[in-house]
Amino acid sequence: MHRIVLPDIKNLQEIDVYLANEGYYGARLAFQKSPDDIIEIVKKSGLRGRGGAAFLTGLKWSFMPKVTNKPKYLCVNGDESEPGSFKDRQIFEFNPHQLIEGILITCYAIGAQTAYIYIRGEYHKWIKPVQKAIDEAYNNGFIGSRMKETFGTQFSCDIFIHKGAGAYICGEESSLMNSIEGQRAYPRVKPPFPAQNGLWGNPTTINNVETITNVPPIIKNGSEWFSSIGEPKHPGTLLFGVSGHVNKPGVYELPTGTLLTDIIEKYAGGVINAKRIKCIIPGGTSMPPLKGDSIEGLKMDAESLRAAGSAIGTGGIIVMDEDTDLVKVLARMTKFYYHESCGQCTPCREGTGWMLKILKRILDGKGTKSDLDLLISIANNIDGNTVCALGEAAAWPVKFTIARFRDEFENRVNESIQIPVNNKVHSMRKTKNPIDNIEIR
Amino acid sequence: MEFKFSEENLQKIASVQKNYPDKRSSIMPVLYIAQEQNGWISHEVMAEVAHLLEIPESEVYGVVTFYTMYHKKQVGKFHLQVCTNVSCMLRGGYDIWNKIKDKYNLEDGGVTQDGKLSLEEVECMGSCGSAPMIAINEDYFENLTPEKVIEIIDSLK
Repeated sequence: MHRIVLPDIKNLQEIDVYLANEGYYGARLAFQKSPDDIIEIVKKSGLRGRGGAAFLTGLKWSFMPKVTNKPKYLCVNGDESEPGSFKDRQIFEFNPHQLIEGILITCYAIGAQTAYIYIRGEYHKWIKPVQKAIDEAYNNGFIGSRMKETFGTQFSCDIFIHKGAGAYICGEESSLMNSIEGQRAYPRVKPPFPAQNGLWGNPTTINNVETITNVPPIIKNGSEWFSSIGEPKHPGTLLFGVSGHVNKPGVYELPTGTLLTDIIEKYAGGVINAKRIKCIIPGGTSMPPLKGDSIEGLKMDAESLRAAGSAIGTGGIIVMDEDTDLVKVLARMTKFYYHESCGQCTPCREGTGWMLKILKRILDGKGTKSDLDLLISIANNIDGNTVCALGEAAAWPVKFTIARFRDEFENRVNESIQIPVNNKVHSMRKTKNPIDNIEIR
Repeated sequence: MEFKFSEENLQKIASVQKNYPDKRSSIMPVLYIAQEQNGWISHEVMAEVAHLLEIPESEVYGVVTFYTMYHKKQVGKFHLQVCTNVSCMLRGGYDIWNKIKDKYNLEDGGVTQDGKLSLEEVECMGSCGSAPMIAINEDYFENLTPEKVIEIIDSLK
């Protein structure tokens, strides 16, 4: 089995060990080719983004303008705030040099002189090994002005870490750029796209940490080697983070197309106490949840999951056993999106709050059947009506959890609205729900 | 209380500003340096940062209030951050949250009278595979039980 991003080599985070294992050889090879060749190799390899949208990486790079008098930038997205995702921190801790090498190659391909690694603020512990690796790479002449001597190339670039400060929205690429610029991290309206108008108005590419870390092995081994691993339409490996009710939660690097049931049973040690799975989220909480009895034979790659009515997201798998209270889970997820909504778009800012109120009501046993449709109606009004994808991220769990587990929700709500104060007029009409009786002609 | 950056921190700021093409963009790391020196971001701190970066105070205020990790009020010597998001919740995150609240008589955002502990319910910290977890200041404590948490907190000095 191939492990591309987290090879099974001890102390690979040490620069000596990394160098002894063909470290920075990929960059050396890359600098002997033209930038266009590199983009072509990555395009051919079929590498797709690991941050959630699974967009073709080589294609994204090719959007960068070839001729421009503006400085170009690369942003590496290590915000990793999606609940259920904890993969990038493994790269920061165990393989930071491969990330740096990937950044060098990417910067060369797109012509960027500066790269920012955006790491979430909570990751104090994981910023340190990355900073240490960057310092070592500078000292060895792998980054910065000495690259010309080290690699015999005219190209050079700088790498800086930008530490976030606790805002989920910064994982969205345009918010991330606003955050690096030191603004409130509101998402930007697109177009213009970052490749034309990104950091400080300059051409910018944003890639996920895991995506970039895949680049050096692709350059070393060729695009055909990479595209032969896993599923042809979504090749390579993925870092699957398994959490929830499993015996051995953790991050497992496996080829795309690995069966979800295999990941749970063979790698994550199966469900605790061998219980049945009620619900499973395949790619972080923003992705539609699946019913536990619908995952037999389901492959973990972008296309298979789309066909199954969900999405690969960040590969963060959350397993919930048969005793899980899904109303509570959905309320907790919605609380998250309510807390993290940046407040820029009304549907998301207000809608997440309304959904939370209603879910809390259902959780307290005071919900009614009409609340379920109301929730879906609010979710539909958020979905597609916001500047960024956090709108969908908040709406999808509500829509799909209720649609797929309607029974469970219906069991928790009352048939009719309970009016706390006895209303004489309505009680005379002898209806449970006074609104039903109002006719407008 | 007036706030001035220490000489050492002014040097740190000068160094971090080299990472950005303009002064204004360095506001986030500058605020971190300020918070390290002062413990939290007071209005005086914001005024000083605004003065240093030559931007209006309102802009600094805007940034500080957007990000949860800048403390808008004083926190305890040990700031307890308990994750209760889904992955932690499934493995007992709320048991830990409730245990800490009861044992130290703290509410979300509260500080103990001696200023030793403060409590915050936080969103996913990226420890889902070692849930449930809490963070104390900058350190993560993972794979916890309510008993273990109390043991850890009581051992803080």
